[in-house]
Amino acid sequence: MSVQMDPVAADPTSTATLTAVAVRSKRGRRVQFGILRNRKAMVGIVVLAIFILLAIIGPWIAPYNPDTVTPEGLQPPSPEHWLGTTATGQDILSQLLVGTRGVMLVGLTAGIVATLISVVVGVVSGFVGGIGDEILSLISNVFLVIPALPLIIIITGLLPGAGGLTVAFVIAVTGWAWGARVMRAQTLSLRRRDFVEAARANGEPLWRIVFFEIMPNLTAIIASGFIGTVIFAILSEVTLAFIGVTSISDWNWGTVLFWAQSSQALVQGAWWWFVPAGLCIAAVGTSLTLINFGIDEFVNPRLRSTAANAGVLRRKKIRARIGFTPVYRGAADRGAAARGDKEAQR
Amino acid sequence: MTLLDPTTAALPPRERKPVLEIRDLSVDYGYDQNAVHALQGVDLTLHAGEVLGLAGESGCGKSTLAYAATRLLPPPGVITGGSVTFTSARDGHGGDLLRMGEAELRAQRWRDTAIVFQGAMNSLNPVYTVGRQLVDGILAHKPRSRDAREQARARALELLDMVGIPKDRLGSYPHQLSGGMRQRVMIAMALALEPEIVIMDEPTTALDVVMQRQIVEQIMQLKDELGFSVIFITHDVSLLLELADRIAIMYAGRIVEDASSEEVYKMPRHPYTAGLLHSFPPLRGPKRDLAGIPGSPPDLVNLPTGCKFHPRCPYAFDECKLTDPALGPTRFGAAEPERQVACLLNDERVAPGPIPLELGVRPEGDRIV
Repeated sequence: MSVQMDPVAADPTSTATLTAVAVRSKRGRRVQFGILRNRKAMVGIVVLAIFILLAIIGPWIAPYNPDTVTPEGLQPPSPEHWLGTTATGQDILSQLLVGTRGVMLVGLTAGIVATLISVVVGVVSGFVGGIGDEILSLISNVFLVIPALPLIIIITGLLPGAGGLTVAFVIAVTGWAWGARVMRAQTLSLRRRDFVEAARANGEPLWRIVFFEIMPNLTAIIASGFIGTVIFAILSEVTLAFIGVTSISDWNWGTVLFWAQSSQALVQGAWWWFVPAGLCIAAVGTSLTLINFGIDEFVNPRLRSTAANAGVLRRKKIRARIGFTPVYRGAADRGAAARGDKEAQR
Repeated sequence: MTLLDPTTAALPPRERKPVLEIRDLSVDYGYDQNAVHALQGVDLTLHAGEVLGLAGESGCGKSTLAYAATRLLPPPGVITGGSVTFTSARDGHGGDLLRMGEAELRAQRWRDTAIVFQGAMNSLNPVYTVGRQLVDGILAHKPRSRDAREQARARALELLDMVGIPKDRLGSYPHQLSGGMRQRVMIAMALALEPEIVIMDEPTTALDVVMQRQIVEQIMQLKDELGFSVIFITHDVSLLLELADRIAIMYAGRIVEDASSEEVYKMPRHPYTAGLLHSFPPLRGPKRDLAGIPGSPPDLVNLPTGCKFHPRCPYAFDECKLTDPALGPTRFGAAEPERQVACLLNDERVAPGPIPLELGVRPEGDRIV
């Protein structure tokens, strides 16, 4: 490359080489944002971003106070109340908008905390081995068999004023063990690989081996563990609110469902009361799953080029598979040109 | 071996049956306009009973060619044109591998073309015995019958014996065998279904020279007994000169010279071939300076114009920067009809002057007519 770069500096008219350089910088940019070229991941990111935005601005854009009781009970959707009203005349859209913050806050907080615990416990126990591994494995096994939901019910019952963050921490503490086991297994298999041995032989300190040699290989597992935990946390929180364990005056989608259930919305045919909340939960779950697909293809450098070009592959009807190399004859013009050259020369 | 006894290579062309004909094969890595063109219009023919060597520097497309021809190239590899026609020398069955469906391709693999992979020692599954892995492979391709397993076991024993491993090793796990023995097991496995083509991708790279010699001799001996053809990929040109009947030299995804190994050694026609030959000490004769080849292989993303070798070529002239030479007859044309070279020096219309002494050794003697 450098051999061919020098004449460029000397001769600015060499357009052929200049284009080549431009192509090169374009490549770098594409790989960096490769995940954005994956349609599945893109859809997931957009949907999640909308919900995060609603979580931030929801309470301000809500058209009514979600707690205000009015005489217009059980109204179906109308221009005044886009998603109708409850039996006591509260605006359902406002309840959902205000409730989004609670759901997202609990989901993301619990996801981050649980992932941190599982990475630390899993990687350390996989890497150090011996008695340390035994103890940490014992702890994660104990947390694995603790039934999460009953424990959450008991803890939130003991803390009557428990807000969203308390619930998030309880979910995190009961939900990290599964991730830690996966992390430990993967670390065990990475620990003996040649590049880790080489790092040890080069005298790299332990923390560097763990964070710079082993961690990047765990990215896909950490990311999918995080997303799985967020889904679990959101579902747990909504469940807790739905069965009325957490404070029924804190709005979230589960609280909306709790009131719908206790006012027998289904029997009264008030579908606008419970369907939107259910759809919101489904949409957040779907968006997180789509992001998970994208992450999987993106963090593996070997899959990255195929994943980043999913659109091109679809357009050209190429099916990239290991063991059956696709044949694409669409570039026939190039082949024909090459053949033409050959014949002309003979 | 072959240098002293060029039996197959000396056969007249009509008596040699082609088993694998690669025509105009092009391969890209990547799917859009930034794709790397790893192979461009490669033509190559493998004849029955022939050992064809593929040589060249790292990254010149040797392995890409072998894997593309068998459709084993992993993503993001994609074949963008050409044909790879297999024709059985035994019963004439075959077809274009690039047009076969998955089921056809799976049935064809191993039965017609077997591969011994680079680092074959690690291709064995450590949790199964060697015998079980041999038997499994044979069973997958044989018609089902009541005593199929017994037959497969007998065949596995026969195969181990063939590659010089004691029969009681059938029950051994891979870790109980030495590197050389594992390599032999892989060769036995490749030969299990009596394929007509065996592709060997650097099969001896990880072994010491003594073991390398033994394995290579074993392959040659088995080839003579069983009559398969071999495509042998290696960057060890001196090894190739010893064992190959014909050698194809590759550079930047193209074949630049295709000739018998004796011709390649004694009278190279392409400057790159000459450079390769000057990169290792001669097998016999007086010592000479190792010249090597200046520079490094080109970046496939940003290939030079014209002949891809011209920036490193000591004989390059102005036309080389403009015209990409195609593989064609040599300057001596009719005197060596079996040879092909892609170098403008061999085109009298472009390079009317005398050919450089080193690349112009005249064919002589009555063996090459």
